[in-house]
Amino acid sequence: MKYLNRGNRATKEGFAEALVTLGREYEDMVLLGADITSSVGMDGFQKRFPGRFFSMGIAEQNCVGVAAGLALSGKVPVFSTYGVFAALRTTDQIRISLCYNNLHTIIGGAHAGISVGPDGATHQALEDIAVLRSLPNITILSPADATQTILATKAAYENCNGPVYVRFGRAAVPDFTQDDQKFEIGKSHTLKQGDDITLIATGHMVWETIVASDKLHEKGIRARVINMHTIKPVDKDAIIRAAKETKSIITVEEHQVIGGLGSTVAEVVVQNHPVPVEMIGMNDQFGESGTPDELMIKYGLTSEAIVNRVLNLLMPDKNQ
Amino acid sequence: MKISNSGLPDLRLISKEIRKDIIRSITSAGSGHTGGSLGLTDIFTCLYFKVMKHDPVNPLWQQRDRLILSIGHVAPVLYATLAHAKYFPVDELDTLRKLGSRLQGHPGRDHGLPGLELSAGSLGQGLSVAVGMAIAAKLYDQDHSVYCIMGDGELQEGSVWEAAMSASHHKLDNLIGIVDRNNLQIDGSTKTVMEIEPLKAKWESFGWRVFECDGHDHREIIDTIDSAKQTVYKPVVIIAKTIMGKGVGSIEDNNEWHGKAPSKAQLNDFINQIEESYEVFE
Repeated sequence: MKYLNRGNRATKEGFAEALVTLGREYEDMVLLGADITSSVGMDGFQKRFPGRFFSMGIAEQNCVGVAAGLALSGKVPVFSTYGVFAALRTTDQIRISLCYNNLHTIIGGAHAGISVGPDGATHQALEDIAVLRSLPNITILSPADATQTILATKAAYENCNGPVYVRFGRAAVPDFTQDDQKFEIGKSHTLKQGDDITLIATGHMVWETIVASDKLHEKGIRARVINMHTIKPVDKDAIIRAAKETKSIITVEEHQVIGGLGSTVAEVVVQNHPVPVEMIGMNDQFGESGTPDELMIKYGLTSEAIVNRVLNLLMPDKNQ
Repeated sequence: MKISNSGLPDLRLISKEIRKDIIRSITSAGSGHTGGSLGLTDIFTCLYFKVMKHDPVNPLWQQRDRLILSIGHVAPVLYATLAHAKYFPVDELDTLRKLGSRLQGHPGRDHGLPGLELSAGSLGQGLSVAVGMAIAAKLYDQDHSVYCIMGDGELQEGSVWEAAMSASHHKLDNLIGIVDRNNLQIDGSTKTVMEIEPLKAKWESFGWRVFECDGHDHREIIDTIDSAKQTVYKPVVIIAKTIMGKGVGSIEDNNEWHGKAPSKAQLNDFINQIEESYEVFE
């Protein structure tokens, strides 16, 4: 199966587009802005539906509580800011006001990963999944491209009853998801079939993993590629099937491997069908300034790095 | 200290029963926050038996006034008040803090207790939620009020002031904050732990209209809320001067009773002290 890049597009554009579409359809959708509205994809909604947009200033903890109050009153609030603030500054508010109360709210975690680039370590969300994943009742979506971000955001509104974190990035990345893709929360997409190894990727790393699998194919290695767009609830069946059928797994994410997709997959594997799992991602380290491409290369988040990791795992002698 | 008679005999009687049930339920639980619960009893009595629009038969009635208890640790006063308001049987107060109870140590909606608006207990979050509810009421064009009960020590949380700023920015005149100003927190007085004065000026500078009242005088509480509700284009806060432990003379105004439960041996004495404090004096 070949995947066509229909053009590079930032996943945050998908989030922005979905908010406008949903806002037109659903009167009960309300947005809370924390100053950086255009940079996190909320300005389109704000311009079209000013009566349902509330500026809350640079006060993320309050935003989360206000979202809880709106949700308790029957609205579906959306709050979006950089993932570092959306998930980490507000963790206690998310835990108690949103998760313990189990309220349908959408949190947009923008600027995910090191591909944020020159802003540097402070603004690169690399621990958001790890922290939020441990909270009961939350759903975590990490779509691969702009089109899938539209589908994920729609699903966050239409198919959830509790808090949902939608993770997206700033860098323009290949947009390959078909508009009519069936997006089901908790049901991953197997993008390539293969029995030699399984590559499970999320977010921006899905495209890199597709490219890596094509390169591996040329070397006679058939890698299964899974787009794990839902981190929680994770698609256990697909992971267990991969463990049984391909005997080893490599996870690929633009996030710390501690607590992220790698940990998520490993938890499922060790409890169900233990096989070797290797993890590609940020290795307990902060990012730094640089262009997105430079950073992805430096931190080993490219198709080449994935290929090398697979070759090392499958043919350790040849690749010493 | 005697409970003053402000000419509302029904409320006086109800508040006495609520106080006694707070003591009974916390004693039965073996743990819980006695001081603040007793200190807020008169405010809760006035709210649920005089001021607020609400319907125990239909707890989710759309037009009801909302009460957000930001300081979840004083859950015993909320539970005892809800029980006396007939949201659930008074007998159930005995299950406080016990396994399987709907009366969690801090309010938890997931356990299905009718009348609970919010699961809360982590300080500094309630006012934000109340702001969200007040915004929603404006969006729906509903005219109910949203009350938020805060502790004075809680005002040391920065998030309270984020919420305060947003309430005045959005002109939420349907929001009424009530600060339980008992001057005490776990480590001692608010003055020594972290000074929050000048409190009135703080709220005013954040764009709120501020009222002060005696938090144990039923007539004054009701009249103050009535005046507060006349305010337009601004949120209102009532700084209610209270005494931690009010009604049980031997523990009044003592921060050691913030989070301490009476022993079984103390139960009768505390109940008697409550009875005595209600003996009419003029």
